[in-house]
This record gives sequence, structure tokens and C-alpha cells, in this order.
Amino acid sequence: MTWKKLLIPLASVPVILLLAYGFWTDPKAIPSPLVQKAAPDFRLAGFDGKELSLAGLKGMPVVLNFWASWCYPACHDEAPLLESTWRKYKDQGLMVVGVDIQDKEPNAREFIKRFNFTFPNGPDPGSKVSIDYGVYGVPETFFIDRQGRIAYKHVGALSPVLMEEQVQALLKGR
Amino acid sequence: MMISTLGHFVLFLGLGVSLYATAAAVYGARAGREDWLASSRNAVLALFCLITAALFLLEYALITSDFSLRYVANNSTRGSLTRYKIAGLWGSLEGSLLLWAWLQALFSALVVAHHGARHRSVLPYAQAVLLGITAFFLLVMTFAVNPFATVVPAPPDGRGLNPLLEVTDMLVHPLLLYLGYVGFSVPFAFAMAALITGRLSEEWLKITRRWTVAAWLFLTGGIFYGGWWSYRTLGWGGYWAWDPVENASFMPWLIATAFIHSVMIQERKRMLKVWNLLLITLTFALVIFGTFLTRSGILASVHAFSDGPVGALFLGFLALVLLFSLGLIAYRADRLKGHGEMDSIVSRESTFLLNNVLLVGICFTVFLGTVFPLLTEAIRGAKISVGTPYFNRVSAPLGLALLLLMGIGPLIAWGRASLNNLRRNFLAPAIVAAAGAALLFALGVRQAEALLAFLCGFFVIGTIAFEFIMATRTRVRTTGESLLAAFAVLLLKSRRRYGGLIVHLGVVIAIIGIAVSSAYKVEREATLKPNERMEIGPYAIELKDLKAGEQPTHVLVWATLTVFKDGKPLTELRPGQRFYPNQQTPFASVDARYRWDEDLYTILSTFERDGSSATIKAMINPMIAWIWIGGCVILLGVIVAVLPERRLALLALRAKAQVA
Repeated sequence: MTWKKLLIPLASVPVILLLAYGFWTDPKAIPSPLVQKAAPDFRLAGFDGKELSLAGLKGMPVVLNFWASWCYPACHDEAPLLESTWRKYKDQGLMVVGVDIQDKEPNAREFIKRFNFTFPNGPDPGSKVSIDYGVYGVPETFFIDRQGRIAYKHVGALSPVLMEEQVQALLKGR
Repeated sequence: MMISTLGHFVLFLGLGVSLYATAAAVYGARAGREDWLASSRNAVLALFCLITAALFLLEYALITSDFSLRYVANNSTRGSLTRYKIAGLWGSLEGSLLLWAWLQALFSALVVAHHGARHRSVLPYAQAVLLGITAFFLLVMTFAVNPFATVVPAPPDGRGLNPLLEVTDMLVHPLLLYLGYVGFSVPFAFAMAALITGRLSEEWLKITRRWTVAAWLFLTGGIFYGGWWSYRTLGWGGYWAWDPVENASFMPWLIATAFIHSVMIQERKRMLKVWNLLLITLTFALVIFGTFLTRSGILASVHAFSDGPVGALFLGFLALVLLFSLGLIAYRADRLKGHGEMDSIVSRESTFLLNNVLLVGICFTVFLGTVFPLLTEAIRGAKISVGTPYFNRVSAPLGLALLLLMGIGPLIAWGRASLNNLRRNFLAPAIVAAAGAALLFALGVRQAEALLAFLCGFFVIGTIAFEFIMATRTRVRTTGESLLAAFAVLLLKSRRRYGGLIVHLGVVIAIIGIAVSSAYKVEREATLKPNERMEIGPYAIELKDLKAGEQPTHVLVWATLTVFKDGKPLTELRPGQRFYPNQQTPFASVDARYRWDEDLYTILSTFERDGSSATIKAMINPMIAWIWIGGCVILLGVIVAVLPERRLALLALRAKAQVA
């Protein structure tokens, strides 16, 4: 068989290689177009009865966390970390806000009680806030700087190292 | 426990038998030993029995809700209706592989039983290829994903099929598709056998013609049915989303359609030999590509279910198939030169060649769009998604061109079409088409896509009608039969041709349905309080009330809508949402008024829990039913085209007798 004829079967090799490359990508990892843009405002009616809005937190760095009581194990894993971060940094001006999405109220309250959340949490009826933030699943966490810009978005449970890194960056920012 | 061990063992045994049968077939063919060939044929039948046993075992476990098997626990629940327990077989990965392997073994057995000891030169190699494919699927099941794996401890109840799948459609759509996919392995196997043995004449085409047409019919049916299911059930008002797995069924269909047409040229003129081998190879490769996409998890899709190493195994198999078949084609390239050349661009041969090019072209654009996200990520690291706008924009013009060819192909002369021939065959239909389009334009149809679709569609219908009328008239004149009898006899005598024309008619109807429903779709969404109305087109929709009720498996919330047309009450529609206990989001329950001229489609979007308001989305889809009607006409045409000869002669005689 001449070289030219060999090309016919070999033509399929690049296609196979491209498909093989697909094993190393994650089609579900969708980057957020909101990073480095202004964080959308939200208005939550907190579980504690108090209203909370992003506009009201101007000038403060905010860790905005989207969770749900049925989100197991990821939300359960990161819940203690959220609370401990809040307790550690609230005196330095950090704000931690939780948004409970697609959940039932009694389950949500039970979740808050179980993990002793003392930072404000509120439900998201109609999923308006989730839609504004392009939330695809839970948990997702947005790190918002003092200028109200989204510095970083994290999908999945947070690790202590990552949380520490991002919070420090937020606090250091102007 | 017993079922698990037995099932796994049977599959393992099946793998051994398939490998033996492959080796025996190849050895018997090369050494000219009929005893080995006979042994191989028997092994094929034994293999079929083994896989049938495995299938029965899994079905038995499903029907008796034996949750010690992980597959049963994942795909059925105790409370499911029996038919959905049975359908659990193809509910997800492992079971679908078993079904595929079973169909593969069934078709291999049918090929062996039907051809027996005939075609002694090609049959063994075709057998070997079919067995090799079956062996691959058995390999995946015995070493990677075992349908008979157990789960300890056995859960008290299963997770069940996704509620979206517990519908009658689930009993039909996957089976139709699988019959199509597996069906194409037969002509592929014979093509490979022809290449291996060097018997490159039209023999392999003749042997496999019925298989090809049947597989095409099932695949077409499966695709249409899937669209119909999606439209009626999912609640987005559409029937095709260019989802990667949908595309994976469309691409082999395009190439198979090209193949079915292209073989006619080889049969008549012994040309396009390389084309035909490439087309059937590509058809089968795309079938494997489709199963790879569904099971590898490399692209996001609503249809995908994937697990571990399966993706890599399928990619490896795809690579093997491509290298093997393309290598063989390259090896035999010298002997595949056609007899004669194309005399003229204006001829049936070149029309069919253009047909090939267009269909492959559409397939290429769909393929590119499907893998483009991978390509950009590999090259630029950017994540993009390619959606409906791209696919529609590139397929529409090519599709219209194909529509036009459908009218030209059947009537244009072989060799070189004279001006006279062109005038005689196409002038009348062209005038009718232009007149029809002008009339529609005058009546207010201004959207370009719809107008063009009608123009080309009328042209095709014109050519078909022209052919039917002229031929019937000639026959009546020569035989004195009645019009109806003459037409019936013509249909039966030239069933391949007229069946084909009926299929074309079906395609035209479907394309018109697609064009009109896309171009003239109307959509409105409004939040209504009880007794409030929204308007859409000539309809007014009033929200009567919002209710909730417990069903055996879910909670149903529905809105009762009164539909008025031109002021008078027309009907009531009840779109709703179903809330299943272990699903996070509810499923839409569509309600619509389906009519041949237009559908009024309603969905319940959101609602207040106290029933004080509901957001209703309404759509008018004009002529969308024509898509499904077109599909049925295609089915009718294929049946006419493949009616067996003997029965035909009987019917023809009877028709003649009625006239006399």
C-alpha cells in the first residue's frame, strides 16, 4: 500500500485524538461570566425575620453562599467552615450571607439549627437571586469585594485553604 | 444471588462462544473447510440462545423486583407498572448494552439462518464481523460494567426509572432506535466481507438491501417518535434541540440516507463504489460514535449516562472500526474504480452524486457543531457551547437544496439529460410550484424560509404527481383498466420506485411542517389571576382555577384554562406540574389542543401556592402536526417499497381480476 493510500485510515486519527481529549475535560464546569463584574443586588427576607440586601452591605466584603438542606454531602461538609469563618472574621468587617434555594422552610431551619448558623440566611422564592447569579447547582459561593465586584466564584464545597485564601484577599482589598 | 452469578456466567460464556465463532468462521473460510463453517454457524445460534437467556434473567429480576441486583435497584421500583419494569432493561447503561448485544446476536442469527450455506465466500467474513461487534459488547459487560452486579445489602425498594421515562413512549423510542442502529451493522459487515474477499461487485449490496432499508426505517421512526415524545411531554414546545445525543442519531441517518440512494447508482451503472463503501462505513462508525457520546460523559447532554472506563472502551472500538474499515478500503482502492464516468453534470448520476455530497455536508456541519466545544477547549482553552442558531442556519439552506434534488432525481434522465427531457419532466411541476408559491405570497406568507420550503415542496409534489398521473394514464390507455386498478397495479409492480416517491412525499410534508411551525410560531407568557384572560392569536385563555391533588406516585398541581376562539368557548386545557418525592424539580405536564392546522400548546410555569395566581405560557405552532403526518407517510412509502414479491403478484392478479 502506498503512502497516499495509508492516509485514508490515518485521517481518522485526529478525530479519535480529539474525542480522547474529551476525557480530560469536564463539560459541566462552566465558567461564570460574572467574575470581575458588579455583583447583582439581592433582597432577602431572612429566616430571622430581618431583611437583607447587598446594597445595604456596601463597602463590606461579602461571602455569598448558595446552599440547600437536601444538598448532601457537599453543603453539609462546608457548613461548619462557613460558620467558623463568619465567627473568625466578622469583627474585621467580613459579611457572610447564605441563600437557601429550592428548599422547604422547615428543612432549611433545621439545617440552620443543626450547623448553628449565626450569619444571616434567607430563602430565594422564585429563584430570582439564583438566576441573577447564574447558579447552576449547590453549593456555589461568590466572593464579593468591597467595591461590590465578584472577585471569585467557587462551585462545590469549599475547603479551609481556599476559604482562607479568598477571605484574606477580600479583606486586604481597598 | 443465583441470578447474578448465572447471568454473569452466561455473558462470559457468550463472549467465549462469540470469539470461537469468529475464529471458526475465518478459519473455515480461509481453509475452505465447510465443517468449520457449519460449526461457526451453529455457534451463532448458540450465542443467540445464551444472550437471550441473559436477557430473560435480567428481565426476570426486574419484573420480580429483585433489588439484590444493583441494576434493578437503580432502574425500577416495587410500585412501577410491569411494563416499566420491563422497560427498565434499557433504562440505563448496563441494561442497554445487554439489549444491544441481544439485538446484535439476533440479527447475526437471522443472517445465518436466512443465508445458510449460500454466499459461501462472503458470508463467513460477514459473520465474523457481526460476531466481533457482539463480542465487543459482551466484553464491555463482562469486564467493565456488569448488568448482573449485586448490591449488598439489597435495598428494600429501588430508585426507579426517572419519572419522565415512565411513559408508553419509553417502550417505543429506544427500541426503534436500537433496531436501526444494530440493523446497520449487517450491511457494514457484508461490506467488510466484500472488501476482505475482494468480491467487490454489487453482490453485497443485493444481499443487504432489505436490511439497510429496514434499519433506515427504524432509525427514521425512532427519530420522529423521539421528537413527537419530546413535543408532547417535555413542556418546552419543541421537538428537536440539537442536543449532542440527538445529533448522534441524526448523523448516521443522514449518511444512511445517502447510502440508500447511492447504491442505486452502483446497481444500475456500477459507479460510486468507493462512495458506497465509505458511506456504509461512516454510517456504522457514526452509530458507534453515538453510543460513545451517550456513554462517555465527554459532552453534556440530557440523554447521557456514563460510567468509568466504558467511554474509553467505546472510543477504542470506534478507532478499531475506522482504522480497520478505512484500511481495507485503501487496500482495495485500485479495484474499486467505477465502470465508466459521469457523462454530464445534468444527469441522474450526478444528481445522486450531488445528493451524496449534500448529505455528507450536512452531516459534517452537524458533527463539527457537536464536537466544536471540545475543539475550542483543546485549542483555546475557552468553553463555548454551540446551539440551535448555528445548526439551523447551516442545515436550512442545505436541506432546501436537498428538497429540490428530491424532485429532480427520480425523473431526470440517466447519462445525459437533453433539454427536451428536462422540459418534459420539469416544466409543468416548476410552473405549478411557482404558481403555488406566488399564491401563498399573495395570501400573506412572507417569511422566506416558509416560502422557499413551499416552493421546493410544491415542485417535488408536482414531480411526484406528474409521474403518477402520466404512468397511470399510459397504463389505462394500454390495458383498459380502471384508474384505481391501474394505479394500484403500478404501485405494486414498481413498488421500489413508487414506494420511494411516497417516502419523498412524506419528507416534503414533514419539511413543510418544520418550516411553517418554526417561521410562524407564536409564544406568549402571562401571569393570570383566576378569571383573568390572556390573548394569543385568535385565542383568549382564561384561568379558571388552580388545584392540587395526590396521585399514586406524585402530587399534581394543575391550572384549568378555558380557551375561547373568536369570543366563543372552545375547549378546556389543564397544564400542570408533577412533583415527585425524590426529584428536586417538578416535571411539566403539558396540555394542548392538537389539530392538523395548528396546535395550541399550554404550560404551567409558576404559581402561587395559595392559588392566587398562575403564570401560563401559551404557544401556537402552525402546521406542526404535518411533521408527524409526514413521518407516517414515510413509513407507508417504505412498506410499499419493501413488500415481498410473491404477495405482490397475488395482489396484482386480484386487482386485475376485479377489473375484468
